[in-house]
Amino acid sequence: MNALKIPVKVATYEELVPQVGQPVLINDKPIALFKVTSGEVYAIEDKSPHPKGGVLSEGLVSGHYVFCPVYDWKISLADGLVQAPDEGKVQTYKVEVRDGDVYVSL
Amino acid sequence: MKHLVMIGNGMAGIRVIEEILQQNREMYQITIFGAEPHPNYNRIKLSNVLQGDTTIDDIIMNEWDWYRENNIDLHVNEAIVQIDTNNKQVISEKGTIVSYDELLIATGSSSFILPIPGADKDGVTGFRDIKDCETMIKVAEKYKKAVVIGGGLLGLEAARGLLNLGMEASVVHLAPHLMERQLDSTAGAMLKNELEAQGMKFFMEKQTAEILGEERVTGLRFTDGSEIEADLIVMAVGIKANTQVAQNTDIIVNRGIVVNDFMETNIPNVYAVGECAEHREVTYGLVAPLYEQAKVLAAKLTGNEVDGYEGSIVGTQLKVAGVDLFSAGEIDEDDRTKSIKIHNDFDGVYKKILIRDNRIAGIVLYGDTSDGQKLFRMLLKREDLTGMTSTQILHTPCGGGGGGEDVASMPDDELVCGCNGVTKKTIVDAITTNELTTVDEVGGCTNAGRSCGRCKDLVGDILAYTLGDSFDKNAATKKTLCGCTTLDREEVVAEIQEKGLNSTKEVMYVLGWKNEEGCSKCRPALNYLLGMLNPTEYIDESNSRLVNEKMHANIQKDGTYSVIPRMYGGVTTAEDLKKIGEVAEKYDVPLVKLTGGQRIGLFGVKKDDLLPIWEELDMPSGYAYGKTLRTVKTCVGKTFCRYGTQDSMSLGIELEKKFERLDTPHKFKMGVSACPRNCAESGIKDIGFVGVDGGWEIYVAGNGGTDLRAGDLLCTVKTEEEALEMTSVFLQYYRETANYLERTSHWVERIGLENIKEAIADPETRKQLVERLEVTLTRYTEPWKEALENKEIQEKFYKNRQIKVEVN
Ligand SMILES: Cc1cc2nc3c(=O)[nH]c(=O)nc-3n(C[C@H](O)[C@H](O)[C@H](O)COP(=O)(O)OP(=O)(O)OC[C@H]3O[C@@H](n4cnc5c(N)ncnc54)[C@H](O)[C@@H]3O)c2cc1C
Ligand code: FES
Repeated sequence: MNALKIPVKVATYEELVPQVGQPVLINDKPIALFKVTSGEVYAIEDKSPHPKGGVLSEGLVSGHYVFCPVYDWKISLADGLVQAPDEGKVQTYKVEVRDGDVYVSL
Repeated sequence: MKHLVMIGNGMAGIRVIEEILQQNREMYQITIFGAEPHPNYNRIKLSNVLQGDTTIDDIIMNEWDWYRENNIDLHVNEAIVQIDTNNKQVISEKGTIVSYDELLIATGSSSFILPIPGADKDGVTGFRDIKDCETMIKVAEKYKKAVVIGGGLLGLEAARGLLNLGMEASVVHLAPHLMERQLDSTAGAMLKNELEAQGMKFFMEKQTAEILGEERVTGLRFTDGSEIEADLIVMAVGIKANTQVAQNTDIIVNRGIVVNDFMETNIPNVYAVGECAEHREVTYGLVAPLYEQAKVLAAKLTGNEVDGYEGSIVGTQLKVAGVDLFSAGEIDEDDRTKSIKIHNDFDGVYKKILIRDNRIAGIVLYGDTSDGQKLFRMLLKREDLTGMTSTQILHTPCGGGGGGEDVASMPDDELVCGCNGVTKKTIVDAITTNELTTVDEVGGCTNAGRSCGRCKDLVGDILAYTLGDSFDKNAATKKTLCGCTTLDREEVVAEIQEKGLNSTKEVMYVLGWKNEEGCSKCRPALNYLLGMLNPTEYIDESNSRLVNEKMHANIQKDGTYSVIPRMYGGVTTAEDLKKIGEVAEKYDVPLVKLTGGQRIGLFGVKKDDLLPIWEELDMPSGYAYGKTLRTVKTCVGKTFCRYGTQDSMSLGIELEKKFERLDTPHKFKMGVSACPRNCAESGIKDIGFVGVDGGWEIYVAGNGGTDLRAGDLLCTVKTEEEALEMTSVFLQYYRETANYLERTSHWVERIGLENIKEAIADPETRKQLVERLEVTLTRYTEPWKEALENKEIQEKFYKNRQIKVEVN
């Protein structure tokens, strides 16, 4: 897949609700956007690394982590790492907030 | 980089790879061939899978991603058929040829299949891998009679599993008593009594001569000519090392592939490890020694100094509920041994310590294994017993609780968890650096205790010793709400009431939660508890509900949802059916199906279509996704059925209309039958009604799911009003006392039916329960309608974004 180096505008900062994942399809690639309670915004691949895992944008958000809605894996939003005792990693994407808009770089 | 090739993708081999990666990631390019189609899994737990305690998904130890992240070239479902040591190559069954610099054989072993006529018939299996497990589970769905050949560790665990799968399980054993390699005749007899009480049948001192049947097995014949019937035969007579790959090579093979103390075979650059290896004339069948071998080999392969492997003495346990046994070393007395024996038949406890030259040479414990670890350590360390009394030898200080002195004197590098190769130092370090306070947390960090579980007591002792005064034994073993807190449900409830807490955030803040915003276990539980305790004030937090309850639809793994509207009491109208049909057609719903709860489900609905479908259906949500009242199943009843003595449809509809949407600790199902023929299956519902002459029998805590359980008769009532009142009482008492996610079946077993009856015997108590429930029922609104009317909810939960970007 072609990497998009240019940041893409995906939402305004205001419209993102804290603790609620927002699915975004960028050129058919499913991304999950999260605004956490402390205000940071993260973007990760919208698919749990568990072979039968679910859609992460629907997961429960706690602090800087999201729980896979199907297998309950705890995944760091910051670096995509699955927390012990499970293992794995989801792709993370760079997020910038500029002038109230949220940009993601694939 | 040098190329390391490994044959076998199992427990011992992968442990070697893990150790190598830990010591030096840059040294090897790694290729692994595995004959099974799975990544490495915890074979030990196959017994637990069969017994229904865990699932195959849960026993995977190294996920596919682990291989990817470590750049391992993994070939599953591809066995190696030949090694060419001259050209340093391996050849697979698919014809792949790969060259190696170092070759590791870790092929494990296979179930030994008795070479008797009929052993190749359908319905004969070993007990070794996921496939065998799946075979047994499948056969159990259709057939009744299982026979296990072999009354050793594996055979008995298999038989227990088959009982749990609903089969009749018989065990055929050659020796006069069970597990004769681990137990003496006294302990063997006690074990047999216990297992017979659990429902197992035994055919002792019987040798199988032939397996009977055409294509499928129908039975077996013993050498004495007698026969028994069987639909499934599990061979658990022993294992044999997989050494076929070494055939036609100069690698020396005896019972296993012969290796020296550094796991080297006689051919340079070829090693063997695990059950396929024979070291000092011994092959092993338990993981502990294999993990020791793995450590030595990994050090060897990464060029680190290491003492050679010198062989192991292994301790054995049986993973069968209700059986507590431990055995290690020698079993039977001879002229030069002395023994300490305690046999308390009344309590079912037997202990035998064999002593040779003033040192422990063997241990057999049955019924009480609390001394097992300590004795095993004394055996391994060859401690001199001179000057010790038999009481000192047998009893752990402070009744096994504190164990502080024991732990203090234990060397840092001693293995605490044999299965996972975790030392005392690793555990102590993990406790201090990560501020751990519970046994489960230690498991999460170090893996200790996550395989067979035998070491958990010792891990508890190490916690006590490391934390000193701050350690609270009850706290470490009690069932906390989740890892975020040290409080259990009762304590949390008491704090909420005492301090008047009214949001999950407040609870977590005031009660000192470790993770500021909790986790996927405590947030839904707290949301439930707060709603139960303060029904009029607490505002439900959809963010603290898991996806299905948040979205009011069941999510499937491909991200689509199911929509199941209410159909009260399973009664519908032509008009509703038309609407469902039209919606299904218009939105191209892939599956329309009658559910088990007498209603119609639309499956595979896209998220974008949820709102319009709800709008067009204009029916209430059936809550098929919730921890709440699911369905009320009814039979036709006296209006139409000639046997019916009561109006089951009417009561069913009334129940469903009254209690729908109520939050409960877990899902809740009801059934109403108009007569004891019980067409609505009221005996396997959380609450079920059976119409009898002049009233209703009320059954509770039945379950038709994985924990099949027949309901218990709670009481008999005369009128529909009384039936509704009793339902309120039972529901509210369950809501107030059950743990979150505890089904009524487990709850009733934990609390005891008699205690529940007693608690609700007093009319005043019943009145108050009903009142609290009535107040709670005013809390709820129809969720689909709410979503349709509330823009904010739509924005928050149901909005999808799609963005197209031109790529140059
Ligand atoms: C039901 C059950 C319960 C058990 N309970 C316990 C217990 O409570 N405690 C305990 O300590 N141990 C227990 N064990 C034993 C433990 O699981 C084994 O000792 C351990 O798995 C052996 O590891 P291994 O790597 O040598 O072999 P395995 O784990 O068997 O791995 C070998 C792998 O190599 C593959 N293979 C074989 N030949 C080839 C080939 N030619 N090419 C490619 N791949 C090949 C096999 O398919 C297999 O996947 C139990 C075993 C079973 C079956
Ligand atoms: S010894 Fe088996 S899990 Fe620790």
